[in-house]
Amino acid sequence: MHAPADQRFPIELRLNGESRRGSAEPRMQLCDFLRHELGATGVHVGCEHGVCGACTVLVDGVASRSCLMLAVQADGRRIDTVESLARDDVMNDLQQAFRRHHALQCGFCTSGILMSCVEFLQRGPAPDEAQVRDMLSGHLCRCTGYTGIVRAVLEVAKQRREGESQQQALENHNDV
Amino acid sequence: MKPASFDYVRVSSKREVLQLLHEHGEDARVLAGGQSLMATLNMRLTQPKLVIDINRVEELRSIRNERGHLAVGAAVRQVELTDRTELATEVPLLAQALPWIGHFQTRNRGTVCGSVAHADPSAEIPLCLVTLGGTVVLESLKGKRREVPAADFFQGLLTTARQPRELISEVRFPLAQDGTEYRFREIAMRHGDFALVALALCLSDHGARLGVGGVADRPVAQPLPLGDALPDTLNTLAWSLGAQDDIHASAAYRRQLVRELGRRLIEEPSHARTR
Repeated sequence: MHAPADQRFPIELRLNGESRRGSAEPRMQLCDFLRHELGATGVHVGCEHGVCGACTVLVDGVASRSCLMLAVQADGRRIDTVESLARDDVMNDLQQAFRRHHALQCGFCTSGILMSCVEFLQRGPAPDEAQVRDMLSGHLCRCTGYTGIVRAVLEVAKQRREGESQQQALENHNDV
Repeated sequence: MKPASFDYVRVSSKREVLQLLHEHGEDARVLAGGQSLMATLNMRLTQPKLVIDINRVEELRSIRNERGHLAVGAAVRQVELTDRTELATEVPLLAQALPWIGHFQTRNRGTVCGSVAHADPSAEIPLCLVTLGGTVVLESLKGKRREVPAADFFQGLLTTARQPRELISEVRFPLAQDGTEYRFREIAMRHGDFALVALALCLSDHGARLGVGGVADRPVAQPLPLGDALPDTLNTLAWSLGAQDDIHASAAYRRQLVRELGRRLIEEPSHARTR
């Protein structure tokens, strides 16, 4: 595929489970495409050189900086943004825990942090505090320390593990 | 900031990359993981006319354990090595260094060869490559191919031996030697930030080889004697690197980190023979 600089190119991708189409010039960053072309304004653009992590989304299931990707590179990919988390206007467990612990703070960097947490908890369902803090080192937040965020993530990890073991117990019980 | 305009080509074979590099030379940049290139494009530090995206070139995605080295192709992401369980026995130094490279969100996309191509003096992968005595494989059109020792490849700040028409098709890390222990240590303002000083060590009964990143304009590695002469040699090494003051640390502090951390890294008790 050859895309001259001054032309817009068609992009087809799966955004939060839905097929979406749009177009972009080669130089357009993925974050701008998601916001301005597809309306996924939960993607927040911060430093634009990969340091702050505000623009983090999932690309084919892995947390990635959407400012360090071109929109044309997302053609044919699966992209998940913070909009994918709530279902039927009900926030998911991570979002609810963030609210309980005041972990969203001013909210600007929160959507990126949440998307990092999604993959982080899939990869390691039983993190310790140091691992959570290490994961968070990929995000810059100027509001406060990260204490509320750490609490929220650890709580969700614990709840999900308990939920799974209860589910497992139930299944074992039914087997008998 | 936003990138200046460029043409974009998504290629599907290595030959196409080489053809485009042959035609466009200095006007072209190869885009792999983009964790360095996209940042420089966004800040307009580089304004190529053409960006060649190699992310969908299958033949550049291989990791091969062969004839004494681990060959890592141009499109292999850092996370693919962190997920490789054999890496701890194949190239233990690299396995130790990988968690220090940026953050997991950037390792998910960043490539091994991309870090080598970017040649940041504080980057971990170039440091490992130089310390282990690895090589960089460069290819250009018409079957031209050369293997450059890592020590010759890195020539200064963001400067390498790659010619404009060449592609870094793979880098080769020597496999672990029996009886050699590998150690990595880094000091940064915050985990994941650029290193103030990064140290990589190969240690055996025959001697030590220490690599230092983040101080000179490129990674530097040299053999060190064990025993009484060590402090003097470390001091000479620390001064030879031409450390400079910056906003994060003074030159004197960097030299002291080389002396003190280098000594500790060499003298600390063996945790486990990695091989």
